[in-house]
Amino acid sequence: MSTVPGNMGAAPLPVLLQGRGIGKTYATPVLAGVDFELRPGEVLALTGENGAGKSTLSKIVAGLVQPSDGTLTLAGAPYAPASRQDAEKLGVRMVMQELSLVPTLSVAENLLLGRLPHRFGFIRGEALNEAAAKQMALIGLQDIDPRLPVSALGVGYQQMVEIARSLVGECRLLILDEPTATLTSREIAHLFKQIELLKARGVAIVYISHRLDELQQVADRVMVLRDGRHIDTRAMRDLTQADIVRSMVGRDVHEGLDRDVRPRGQRALAVRGLARGNVVRDVSFDLYNGEVLGLAGLVGSGRTELLRLIDGADRKDGGDVLLGDSTTPAKIASPVQAVRAGIGFVTEDRKSQGLLLPQSIRVNATLANLGAVSRAGWLQSDVERAEVDRLRDLLRVRSDSIEQPVDQLSGGNQQKVVFARWLHRDCDVLLLDEPTRGVDIGARADIYAQIDKMAAAGKALLMVSSDLRELMSQCDRIGVMSAGRLVRIFERGEWTEQLLLEAAFSAYAAAEKPVQQEQAA
Amino acid sequence: MTSSKPLTTRAAFASAIGTVAGLLVALALMVGFFSWQSEYFFTADTFITIANDIPAVAVTAVGMTFVLIIAGIDLSVGSTMALAAAVAGIAMLQWHWALLPATLLAMLTGLVVGAINGAVTVAWRLPSFIVTLGMLEMARGAAYVATDSRTQYIGGAIDWLGKPIVVGLSPQFFIAIVIVAVAQVVLTRTVFGRSLIGIGTNEEAMRLAGVDPRPLKVIVFALAGLLAGLGGVFLSSRLEAADPNAGTGAELVVIASVVIGGTSLMGGRGSVASTFFGVLVISVLEAGLAQIGASEPTKRIITGFVIIIAVVLDTLRERRKKTT
Repeated sequence: MSTVPGNMGAAPLPVLLQGRGIGKTYATPVLAGVDFELRPGEVLALTGENGAGKSTLSKIVAGLVQPSDGTLTLAGAPYAPASRQDAEKLGVRMVMQELSLVPTLSVAENLLLGRLPHRFGFIRGEALNEAAAKQMALIGLQDIDPRLPVSALGVGYQQMVEIARSLVGECRLLILDEPTATLTSREIAHLFKQIELLKARGVAIVYISHRLDELQQVADRVMVLRDGRHIDTRAMRDLTQADIVRSMVGRDVHEGLDRDVRPRGQRALAVRGLARGNVVRDVSFDLYNGEVLGLAGLVGSGRTELLRLIDGADRKDGGDVLLGDSTTPAKIASPVQAVRAGIGFVTEDRKSQGLLLPQSIRVNATLANLGAVSRAGWLQSDVERAEVDRLRDLLRVRSDSIEQPVDQLSGGNQQKVVFARWLHRDCDVLLLDEPTRGVDIGARADIYAQIDKMAAAGKALLMVSSDLRELMSQCDRIGVMSAGRLVRIFERGEWTEQLLLEAAFSAYAAAEKPVQQEQAA
Repeated sequence: MTSSKPLTTRAAFASAIGTVAGLLVALALMVGFFSWQSEYFFTADTFITIANDIPAVAVTAVGMTFVLIIAGIDLSVGSTMALAAAVAGIAMLQWHWALLPATLLAMLTGLVVGAINGAVTVAWRLPSFIVTLGMLEMARGAAYVATDSRTQYIGGAIDWLGKPIVVGLSPQFFIAIVIVAVAQVVLTRTVFGRSLIGIGTNEEAMRLAGVDPRPLKVIVFALAGLLAGLGGVFLSSRLEAADPNAGTGAELVVIASVVIGGTSLMGGRGSVASTFFGVLVISVLEAGLAQIGASEPTKRIITGFVIIIAVVLDTLRERRKKTT
């Protein structure tokens, strides 16, 4: 565990990067008054709940985002990168979660993209491969042939090539954002060895991860953020995992206790042993009419994927969904069948998966139930208009008219249009994936009120959210997913933020690593 | 709430009229220019000739409009026209079928070709560009086989469709007008039309909303084939023959007409009515250039230039609409 002495006890090295009062405000502040410092050759772990401000802070350092407040100093000089290129010129680099390699080009070409050695425009192959091999040897990758196309490598090695690329040229500070999310344990061990090598060369590393067990292996100090504020920075050796979780949570609030548990009706849906690869593993639970069941978990824990399986949007490897109190599995192999079975899905990304952006509120709101506004295939435009007008007033969609294209609406109003669609369809089960993401406070209250109304009308709601407080205030029960498993379902009154978070981290302590849903290569 | 109704009509009206108005202005300018250049242009004869020339392209362009709206493309329509005409020719010459059943058989042939395009595209999730490019070759080859690689003279049996009946206009002109009108209504007033616009705008959103895009896509390609089949019969009634080379390159004229009519190649936006005006723009341009004595190469250069200008103008208009 303590293989890492770090530079903490040694003669104090000069500070490499210092931040004072760093803040960032979009519509609301997401980061405020954060102070930190980073020394050469140390690994600073950055951790916190979903939305705590980790990625905003790291993007500010990497030049991708400009801070609204505060100042940065790099090696004593003021540091205000206007772009990623600016930051890179000064030796500050970030490896993002999404790889940015060109799969068809060779490892060497990827490493030196933009600075390929050439003569009269012709690439000098030998020089290229030599330079690449030298670069890779620096981080212990000498066993990879630089002439291989990147697509021939596993995801783990691609990640390493990405890191190697960020080390081309000067690198004083390296930010790794969830670098192990897609790696196997062997690859992780290799990555940690590389990190050792970098530290020995005096590179400072900011390491963002959900995996608390990893932090113990790799970090010198741990910095915890919560709600955009700096909570604590301490030496890793003084901390236990429980300490870290406690500072992420802060006070132990029992939120939402003022609300009564909604009366629970008949079973609306039962999930039995649902599975898809490593992403969703053997998940079983019951969902009842009239309740709101929350799904908590870290990003990548399989919550969205679980909803997609229930909706038939992705193919499952095993398991069943039973409707009502039926004991025979429902045949839901596509969203079309899910909608027919009375299941609606408010997706996480309403722009790419929910809305027809250039089309009007009217067109968007009736999409899932065109049968109700048509006769023998012919649209009844006066019926349609009347219904959409009613829905618009009911949900308080702020707009000029129902003919306004939805891409002109605010995020909150767009989300209301998606709700309107499922309200119009009158489905019995509603799957909500981050229903208030990107929604302002006013519209949020409207959406909560709508959720309440639907539950009161006997609908069953399953709601994924990364905002624990939202779940605690809106839900009757909260299930927690961790590494693809549904580890526990809390009844109202049983939960605290601390308990929920511990559950969310619990399955990651095991050696198995979750694999994020495969993105298009 | 009735308050939204005036705005409704106004917005929809403005958007639909925008394109059509632009096309009408373009047509007026062309007619004015050609009338000034040639004393023979502004005569009833010219317009009757144009009207009797356009039906084949017009009905095929109707099908193409639907295909572009679902973000597909059909490059095989020119060959489908030839194959369908060949089949109709055989039916009439060898089996002595009457014109109507032969026409229906030609449309069925087109339907099958289109359905294959659609089914292959959907089943293996292939780009329709490639699938229909393959079909372009196959259907052309099949047309050669069917006609024995020779132009089969049909004669008077088929020319009824292209012969003047009222004020010099032919039955195929009226059939084309009816098809354009019906298709426009289907696109704007039916669940089918609405679903196509949805598929072209955001297929994944449609799927998650419970609308299966796959059968609809197959239907659209089948429809495009069917209309191309009818277009093929129209073409051969003008020629009084089934020519295996008929409709060569027609897919490009058809796509150009649809795009000039403001239908987006990216899908989700389009109108059959404006497609019809797009067809008119191209045919007025060609007729006018011919009358003022432009050579064939000059005609092609100018036509190509007009296509690009039309699309540039339409794109600029759309962008401006978005920013306001």
